Order: sequence, then structure tokens, then C-alpha cells
Amino acid sequence: MTKITITDLKQISERNKSTSEKFKASLLVCAGTGCVANKAFIIRDALEKELKEKNLESDYRVIATGCNGFCAQGPLMLVSPEGTLYLNLKLDDVSTIVDEHLINGKPVQDLMYISPVDETRTPKMKDIQFFKQQQLIILRNRGAIDPEQIDDYIGRGGYQALAHALSEMKPNEILNEVKTSGIRGRGGGGFPTGIKWESCISSAKKTDVAPYLVCNADEGDPGAFMDRSIIEADPHSVIEGMAIGAYAIGAKEGFVYIRKEYPLALERLRKAIQQARDYGLLGQKIFDTDFSFDINIHQGAGAFVSGESSALMTAMEGKVGEPHSKYIHTVESGYKGLPTVLNNVETWANIPVIIEKGGKWFSKIGSGDVSESPWKGSSGTKVFSLVGDIANTGLVEVPMGITLEEIVNKIGGGVPEGRQCKAVQTGGPSGGCIPADLLNLPVDFDTLTQAGSMMGSGGLIVMDDSRCMVDVAKYFIDFLVEESCGKCTPCREGLVIIKTILARVTNGLGEPSDLEMLSDISETIKNASLCDLGGSAPNPALSTLKYFKDEYKAHIIDKKCPAGVCKALIQYTISKENCNGCGVCPKHCPEDAISGEKKELHTIDQSKCVKCGICREVCKFDAVEVE
Amino acid sequence: MKTDKVQSIIKKWNGDPNYAIEMLQDIQSEFRYIPKEVIEEISESTGIPRTQLYYLATFYKAFSLKPRGEHEIQVCTGTTCYVKGAFRILESLQRKCGLSDGETTDDLQYTLKYVRCLGCCSLAPVISLDDAIIGKAKSSTIEGLLARKVGEVDTK
Repeated sequence: MTKITITDLKQISERNKSTSEKFKASLLVCAGTGCVANKAFIIRDALEKELKEKNLESDYRVIATGCNGFCAQGPLMLVSPEGTLYLNLKLDDVSTIVDEHLINGKPVQDLMYISPVDETRTPKMKDIQFFKQQQLIILRNRGAIDPEQIDDYIGRGGYQALAHALSEMKPNEILNEVKTSGIRGRGGGGFPTGIKWESCISSAKKTDVAPYLVCNADEGDPGAFMDRSIIEADPHSVIEGMAIGAYAIGAKEGFVYIRKEYPLALERLRKAIQQARDYGLLGQKIFDTDFSFDINIHQGAGAFVSGESSALMTAMEGKVGEPHSKYIHTVESGYKGLPTVLNNVETWANIPVIIEKGGKWFSKIGSGDVSESPWKGSSGTKVFSLVGDIANTGLVEVPMGITLEEIVNKIGGGVPEGRQCKAVQTGGPSGGCIPADLLNLPVDFDTLTQAGSMMGSGGLIVMDDSRCMVDVAKYFIDFLVEESCGKCTPCREGLVIIKTILARVTNGLGEPSDLEMLSDISETIKNASLCDLGGSAPNPALSTLKYFKDEYKAHIIDKKCPAGVCKALIQYTISKENCNGCGVCPKHCPEDAISGEKKELHTIDQSKCVKCGICREVCKFDAVEVE
Repeated sequence: MKTDKVQSIIKKWNGDPNYAIEMLQDIQSEFRYIPKEVIEEISESTGIPRTQLYYLATFYKAFSLKPRGEHEIQVCTGTTCYVKGAFRILESLQRKCGLSDGETTDDLQYTLKYVRCLGCCSLAPVISLDDAIIGKAKSSTIEGLLARKVGEVDTK
């Protein structure tokens, strides 16, 4: 394929628009990981077949897009440009939609969103509460393009920012725009991107070498799928951002470090890089300027610590991904010992928009005032994966500074099943739990850190009142013990001690002195660990101790788990009032611990019960109780 | 036969030591483990020290020095799945199959392991059988679901 010029870019864009105008509508089927797991591709195939059979192929086209965000309601389909959104699609619905909506012009009410407030149907996507309060910058193309077609991206204005940067801006002008924007790293640390680039440029100048540029797509936080969704939905936004960044810092070679566990994202990224090369948007003399830049992929193997900057660069050299000491900055000595800029997927996806609309425009979005210093606020938007005990799980993009309450209750639709929100966990495993009474906190880098948690890469896990916070702390510490690379003693040994104490507490063997011990050890790990991962590792214990001390005390002093989670402190019983002797639980009990004739009260033999909770899960009459 | 495959994998990555992890990933998917003799061979062909290869092969959970089963059942224990009861599911599967984490059935058919986050948090709790994802899993129904899925896989 021949290289394209800036004029070609406009032509491709116009051609793309006129192609889509030829159709009455485009049927955008979400093919993000969640929807694919829910058979989205089968639905797409059926839709294509149905259109063919009914001779509608020239009127309608089917496009498989990246993640639309409303994962809880998948599989989804958007009829564009009119905006009708169909949810929870099943194979049988395909012909109904084609017959009723496309042929008869009557949108299918039964497949539309039902408002939980007044139970009315909401036909248009833009009117659904979940989408209403979002502001899409990073996810600007989500659900709107075929991520495997570069022309679709160009059709939405893609690569215009790169063209503008290369033809009309000097590298330091780009740096200035990024600095003006006040953008801080979206990977979790919140370090100002402009300052990072600037230090890399100056250390590269000192040593007279070309720096490297890396995109961190090693999303290691369990409960977070933002980066994966961005790459799956819009890989070119990341490539374009990286190319602009490379021009600004003078890099010739860039890498994306992405987990092998994300096969769909990996495949789409590979295709996108190849398409960009074919168009000459990566490679030698881009847009016939003197700027040359190419991107290669490094496939990471799953390890939480490998997402840490120095560890990631070590892994890129084919070695075990372990961190270096903190005093060596990767902007001075990173990949292969050369100055390296590392930013996360989301940060890179922001760059084209900052160049297109200007740093000033960007700096006005979000919280605080970043005009003097990026440290004085959090500008822009942030993508969160909103999951856990919440009605509308999915991927949301909101301006920084919005309150947790708005995210959880308005966008997320609140905690379902009549339960109460107990805490929101942010910041990944080494983040913290924010209690429900602090939900009015604005979500920005500094407020979350002050509250004992952190922004992290953007996982928001909502927990209802049936979750035990001591068990939650134990879960995260167990994870961190496994994932600690073991290089420095405070993290390696300290976490094991915390794990032992938490296991004791959840087993009902805790002692009052354990609380003090937990805080002491946590503080030591925090201060003495080698990398930031170790430094933040005690957060789960510290934040739950801070906000949920009563729950720890209940375990230690009363030997009770108030939430009814910790196995050693609970027992399952069957309520006389609710049990009607249906015989379902004895059938499912793996240990044959439940006895009782049909239509008679069932009882659990506590000596046999392993507290697996299956009886409670299968009982339709809420007869199994936890004490 | 083995040598051919190993050599083609090394060639795919140009024998570049920077891509040692990628080579091991390919070896793991080809043989379902990292055989000792393959480590020797990579080391000789690329000059990567054996210690480094063993370090990699034992550091990452994705690699195994013992053969894994033809099918892999993974229970996601990421935060969301944990909140939604993943460990109860893991325990019932372990009880059913008589396997601990990472263990393989004697006939080398199935390996059961838990993983941290498969990235479909909105479907939590999630388990996967090879590439197929089973969302909103329940301990009480998981056995039947798996049996059906296993059937599908076998008939392929």
C-alpha cells in the first residue's frame, strides 16, 4: 500500500462519511470482551444472515465495535445514527428487530432500557441515565467505529492531530500544549505527563541519544478493564497519541507492553499497527517530514508487579519483571539504560485530543486549577470500570472531580436487591476502601490519596453490606503476598505477617494486640519498601482499619463476623418459618449435610457442613440463614 | 520433532534475548509446559543463561515446569469475582475434581487453576474453559455448565 498524505487523510475521511451515508442505518453490535462472552458474534452473524435473506444488505450494514461500556446489559446493539439502543439481545430477537424496526419502522419496545425509577422504556442511548452524565474524550469513538478499520478512525477525525502536529508544530510546542493541559498519568501514579516528558527530553539531550517511548498496557489490577477496552475499541487513538509523543520527545522507537491474557486487544493492536504502517503513519518519514517512528509490541506475562515502570522495562529486556530502586528514574535510565517515557494506555489516548483542541481547553475540564502547576488539580476525564454490587456495571468516563456518590448512584444506578452500599474500593489491590459515608468525596488524584486510598488505574468496586471488610483486606493482602516479587524484605516479609494476622482474625483467633501490630507493620512496609507497589501494599489493611475498626473488633472480641462471611465465625441454619421442605437444598449439598423429608423442615448437620453456601444460593424461599 | 518446533519458535523471535518471555509463552502453548530440554536448547541457541530462563519460567504464573492438561479450567478471582463469591465456586470445583490449584488430572485432560481477572468483571463471577467464558457462574450450576461445555469442546 502506498503512503498517504495529509490531503489523502481528508479524502479518506470524506469517502468514509459518504459510504456510511449510503446506508439507511448502521447496526453497531458491541463486541467488547463482556458482550463477546455473551455471544455477541453469534448475534452479529445472525443479523448479517437475516439482512441478506431479506435483501436489506444495501440499506443496512452491521459493524462489530469495541466495548460500548454498558456491560451489565449486554449483548447490545445501537442503531446509528438515530440512536436506538437494544439490550440483553438473544438470538431470537434478531428477526424481530429486522422485521419490526427496520422493515415496519416500529422500534421494538421490549428490548429497550427500562428505567429502574419509573419502569418506563428509554429508546435512545443518550437519554439513559448511565450515559447521560458521562463525558467522552478518551472513549470518543467507543461503540461508534469498527476498531479493525483504520478508515473508520480517520472518518472520525483520526490522525488529523498527528498531521497537524507534524506539519505545523515544533516538538516543544507540543510539549507546551501537554504541559498546559495539566494532564497527569492515568496509570495510577498521577505524575504530570508534561513534566515527565520534559525531564526525559533533557536527559536525552545531555547524553545525546534518542529516548524510547513505551505504552503500559499491562493492566494488572484485578477488577479493572479500562485499558483493555480502550485498545479493543479504538487502538488507533493510542497509536496516534504515541506518535505525537514520540515527535515531542524525539523518540524513534516505541513499544506497547501488553498482557498476553488480553488476546482480543492484542490482535486488534497488531492489526492497527500494521494498518498504520501500510498508510505510512508509522515508519520512515511520516507525512513526508523528517520524522520517523515505529511501534513494536512486547507481550507481557501476567504479573502485577510487572506494571511498575522499572519492572516493566526490565521485563521488556526479556528478564524477570522486578523493580529497581526508586532513586533511579526511568526518564533518565529506562529501557536498555536509556531515557524512556512510559505512559499508560489512557494517557496516550488523550494526547491527540489535547493537540486537536488545545491544552487550555483540556485544563478547564476536571477539578482544581492547573494553570500554575499540574499538581494543583486533576484535569480532564477518567475512565472507570464500575463493578461489584451495583446495578449498571460497565465502563464509564467522567470528568475528574465528580463525586463517588454521583458515579455510584446516578450513573451506576445504586446498589441492587435493596441492600445498602458499604464501601467503594478504588485503586486496585493496593488501593483502599472508602466507606459509604464518604461517598460525597470528589474523585481526583489528591482527594483519594488523602482518604487513604488512591486513584490507581480506575477500578471502582462497589461493595454492599453483605461484604466483610476484614475478609476484603485479607483478600487483597493474599493477592499482594502472591504478587510481591520478593526482592525487598519489608514487602516480602511484612505482607506475610499481615496475612497471618488477618487469617487469625478471620478465623476467630485474633487478639486485641493484633490491631496495633497491624498498623505498626503496615507503616514499616509503607516507609521501607523499594518500589511504589510495596509502598502502597498495606493500604487495604490500613484503610479498613481506619474506617471499619468496629468490624475488626467484632471479629476479635465478640468472635463474630457481622456480615456473615468468615467461615470460622458463622453457621448456616434453616429457618422454620420459611422452609417449606421443597427438597432442593439436600439435593445440592455436596457433603450430604442436610436432612429432612419432603414437605418437612430440613436441618443442617453442623458437623458435616463445610459452609460452602450452596444451600443458601439454591433456596428460593430465603430459608437458609447465616448466624 | 520437538527440536523443529523449538527452533521455529526461536526463529520467530529472531533469537533475540529481549523476547525471552515471548519465546517461553510460545513454548508453553505448544507443549503445555516448559520442558527441561527445551530450556537447554533455547539457552544454547540464544545465549540466554539457563538460570534466567528458569527464573522466568518459575516467576510467572503463566508458565509451568510440569505438563498441564489439554483443557484449562480457570476460575477468575479478581476483585469483582471475589466480591461475587468466586472462592466458593473454586472450592466446589476443587472438591468435585479432587484437584488443588494448578493441579492436573492424571489423564492430562484438565488443569484447574485460579487466575486474577479475566477482564469481564461485569459478568462476575466468571470461569473460563479454554477460550470460552462462562459468566454469572454459580456453585450449584457450574458442574452442569462445565459438563456441557466440555462436550462442546470434545466434539470440535
